[in-house]
Amino acid sequence: MSEAPGRAVYIVDGARTPFIKARNAPGPFTPVDLAVQCGRPLLLRQPFEPDAFDQVILGCVNAIAEEQNPGRVAALRLGCGPQMVAFTVAINCGSGMQSIDTAYNYIKLGQSDLILAGGAESLSHAPLVFSQDMVKWLGALSGAKGLVDRAKVASTFRPDFLKPIIGLEKGLTDPIVALNMGQTAEVVAHLFDLSREDGDAYAVESHKRLARAQAEGWLKGEVEPAFAKDGQVYDHDDGVRPDSSLERLAKLRPVFEPPYGKVTAGNSSQITDGASWVILASEEAVKRHGLAPLARLVDSQWSALDPSIMGLGPTLCATELLKRRSLKLQDIDLWELNEAFAHQVLSCLAAWKDEDFCKRVLGLPGAAGEIDPERLNVDGGAISLGHPVGASGNRIVLHAINAMKRLKLKTGIATECIGGGQGGAMLLEMV
Amino acid sequence: MSKMDKVWAALEDRDLELGPEPAVAAPNPYQHWRLTRDRHDVAWAVLDRHGSSANTLNTAVLVELDAILDRLAESQPKGLVIRSAKRSGFVAGADISEFVELKTAEGVARQIGRAHEVIDRLERLTIPTIAVIHGYALGGGLELALACHTRIAVTGASFGFPEVQLGLHPGLGGVARMTRLIDPIEAMSAMLTGRTIHDRKAKALGLVDAIVPERHVLAAVEAAVSGKLHGARSSVSNRLKESAPARNLAARQMRAQAEAKAPHAHYPAPFALIDLWEKHGGDFEAMKRAEIGSFAELLVSETSRNLVRVFFLREKMKKAAGKPPTIAHVHVIGAGAMGGDIAAWCAWKGLTVTLGDVDPKPIGGAIRRAAALYEKIGHKDGIKVRDALDRLIPDVNGEGIARADLVIEAAPEKAELKAKIYAAVEPRMKPGAVLATNTSSIPLQKLAETLQRPERFVGLHFFNPVSKMQLVEVVRHDRLDAEVEAFARGFTGLIDRLPAPAKSAPGFIVNRALTPYLAEALILMDEGVAPEVIDKAAEMFGMPVGPIELADQVGLDVALAVADSLKRDLGWAIPDAPDWLRKKVADGHLGRKTGQGLYVWRDGEAVKAKTGGPSPYLADRLVLPMLNACVAILREGVAADEDTVDGAMIFGSGFAPFRGGPMHYAHARGPAEIRARLVALAEAHGERFAPDAGWAALDETVGG
Repeated sequence: MSEAPGRAVYIVDGARTPFIKARNAPGPFTPVDLAVQCGRPLLLRQPFEPDAFDQVILGCVNAIAEEQNPGRVAALRLGCGPQMVAFTVAINCGSGMQSIDTAYNYIKLGQSDLILAGGAESLSHAPLVFSQDMVKWLGALSGAKGLVDRAKVASTFRPDFLKPIIGLEKGLTDPIVALNMGQTAEVVAHLFDLSREDGDAYAVESHKRLARAQAEGWLKGEVEPAFAKDGQVYDHDDGVRPDSSLERLAKLRPVFEPPYGKVTAGNSSQITDGASWVILASEEAVKRHGLAPLARLVDSQWSALDPSIMGLGPTLCATELLKRRSLKLQDIDLWELNEAFAHQVLSCLAAWKDEDFCKRVLGLPGAAGEIDPERLNVDGGAISLGHPVGASGNRIVLHAINAMKRLKLKTGIATECIGGGQGGAMLLEMV
Repeated sequence: MSKMDKVWAALEDRDLELGPEPAVAAPNPYQHWRLTRDRHDVAWAVLDRHGSSANTLNTAVLVELDAILDRLAESQPKGLVIRSAKRSGFVAGADISEFVELKTAEGVARQIGRAHEVIDRLERLTIPTIAVIHGYALGGGLELALACHTRIAVTGASFGFPEVQLGLHPGLGGVARMTRLIDPIEAMSAMLTGRTIHDRKAKALGLVDAIVPERHVLAAVEAAVSGKLHGARSSVSNRLKESAPARNLAARQMRAQAEAKAPHAHYPAPFALIDLWEKHGGDFEAMKRAEIGSFAELLVSETSRNLVRVFFLREKMKKAAGKPPTIAHVHVIGAGAMGGDIAAWCAWKGLTVTLGDVDPKPIGGAIRRAAALYEKIGHKDGIKVRDALDRLIPDVNGEGIARADLVIEAAPEKAELKAKIYAAVEPRMKPGAVLATNTSSIPLQKLAETLQRPERFVGLHFFNPVSKMQLVEVVRHDRLDAEVEAFARGFTGLIDRLPAPAKSAPGFIVNRALTPYLAEALILMDEGVAPEVIDKAAEMFGMPVGPIELADQVGLDVALAVADSLKRDLGWAIPDAPDWLRKKVADGHLGRKTGQGLYVWRDGEAVKAKTGGPSPYLADRLVLPMLNACVAILREGVAADEDTVDGAMIFGSGFAPFRGGPMHYAHARGPAEIRARLVALAEAHGERFAPDAGWAALDETVGG
């Protein structure tokens, strides 16, 4: 493969927490707790000390108030030492990949040699937000002077001030086009003429693949158990439903656009907590610490489009990566395409088969063609695993590498759609 | 965050506010103090006891303070600040070694009386006097601070009157001033329990007038001098509590509580303190005078002498730990009750700890117990709790083995299993690392047989519960490198535990001595004596818990295994453990941990029936076999000396502290008499009571 300018960048190791399904209450871990849970075993197995990194970069979308700049908080709690420079990046569902890309560029340019790059998200901890009316009332009350004034302000209270707004729901709604993420999946499902059953069938397969990977022990080393304060051990992605079936999924009602919609809770990614880290190293760092690189990060690309069809993001950025190296879709041995929604994944596949789309949008001479389903999301994805937004982009890079290692494959792409109308992709080559 | 920042390290010394630097040219007329005046004409008397890392009060310190007060009288400053130059804290208390030499109550009263004069003189100063307290202010240190008009606590400061643990109560005006300053009931409770009062609680009680970080000490001092810093003053309701009928009522309740915790017969100090307050509460001068007499009486009492002995035993053991070695990382193998709790304790004490187990589930249990422990001992310091939990790293793959300076194996007590573990672990360890075992019953020389580096293998035997029992037996064997033994002792110091060096012999020290005591209790049960009666007999002797309850706490499975192995290895003439006990173990009724053993356990407490008093004869049947074993331990050289045995038994098994340890008790009662009792018991109950050959040597030494 032709070389991008700059130094070679290697991914030498990585680990993640199990992805823990949010169950209508804050889970046991904050974003930084999650980053610490999988960071500790990862750092433990390295031949260098935790303070050997040049930087720590963490992707996180919903940082909680107690953990501003979660990247730095995580670095300190992981024992990387007070001298460790650490920051947080956010580009919605691409944040965990943005951290890798930022690290990649620092190393490529020669500014850093060893970087810990991750993603963490605790969607179960997404805040309940007071309504604006309530906030104004509270502000006025605390500003009121004297008893009379306070009583006056207090009397303006209305019970509906107390109706909380769920922060997560807000976060998953695009402010530009006022569509919920699930609605954008409805849009692309419609544009590429996908049925409800298409989506459900894809979702069933996702669960089956994850269940198989868990049973075969293929996630060992990638998934490190997380230990809660109450003694509970989380040792696997607990959103998996090995008994998922078309019949069961068919019973679910469309959640985002009832009654006619196609997108259900069953064919969407799950609301989940999780974190993931990878370690990026230059040639020099590899030599200095005696590391064994798994893969080379060859190239990366970000693209953007109308937020209401954000699900098509991967087609733009991944195609761009291929074009730069004159590669075809089929030259890629293994794909990780984040499963935000089954219909969104399927619409990407459909778009690549669509001659008109490929010519007019992707600038290709004709249809890019098909991706073999056996090379796509081979061990399941966000539909079965869950989608802790800040962590997912990191996980798909890590898992693409681990899956290629197991299957003895060479070249892979990890790509995701990003809420707000973007897409990110990384080209990986096994060492 | 565990690693110290180099930037902060470079600036650290600038933080402490000790007033102006003394002029270099002028020689310091004081050995333990430094006296300067700042630009606002405030005098700073800074205590920096010569040749010591911590400040304590002794005659020399007080004589010099008296001289400082003379000096200030010559040219009166606008205020006086008293604080410590030691990083460790304000003043740790009075210098106990000074008291040991005083033999009569009159002598003590005279000496304390002189100290009172200096403290009273400080209190009578008309200029504002301010104690600035960082770290601890304990005992005499707190009494010094109480004689100042204002107390400013630096964030993190702690206070307390631990005298009761030495069989004393405050004697330098502490009782009078503490009950005058704050709610007298709270004051009494603090002095009766000896508990530590942390900064915020101290402020809430009115014990201190302000809490400030070090950086605002100077500003707070200026505010105090100019009269802008007003602390809380004792309220009317506090004074009401000092009326005679109120005192009378409260004193009765206090006595009942004290009796339940530590009987009057064994621990007179709390009762003397209650008497003092009941009689003189509200009359400051009378109370102060009475405090001297009461303190002096207690100080020369047998109980206090023995408890002071325990204090010095602890100091001696701390010293025996030696220089703390450099240990950054400890790996613990086995997340069971002991392994998990050892790991949790090490992490709490600042070490990075990996906790390995073949199964993640017990690791989860260990994390749960650690979290609960940290919440309890962490004084609501969420950051400290979080950091300790971050340092306690579950390690299912044993990755920590290669990083650890010390690997502690706490696997089940099976020699083959341990050998298998060592075979896997030893090759992964760093070249200089030490392998330790927490075994309680397997001889170390046997475990060392299969090792590649037996010279780097040592015993570190912890006691349950690890966070409460201060003792660790450091067990050696023939092939152990002396430096590794020193490393192991140093490690116990590093984690704030007390080492008792022991030779590897069945049961080491504590279990060897405890087992005949527990076995005898079971035999008594077999004879039909109610367990409550047996426990009562031991408690009346002064044991914190009776042997039956202790067996349940330790776990009947563990107790039985230890007893069996000791009987086998030592050829002891004790009867086999009764069948009903083996059946209990087989049925899984193991004691507290399973909710049922010799007692039924509810909410962590043994359910006991009410019983009458046991005969004094019963205590001898239980305790004398223990003493007999202690003598054997010494004769065989398992422990080097009597202090080691006494320290091990007090800090490892809770042996009645006011008796000063089993060997001290043996001497006090007389070896010849005990020997005669053993002979009589042997005739009545069997060979197991036959006095050990070591008693003869004891007879020849001084008796008592």
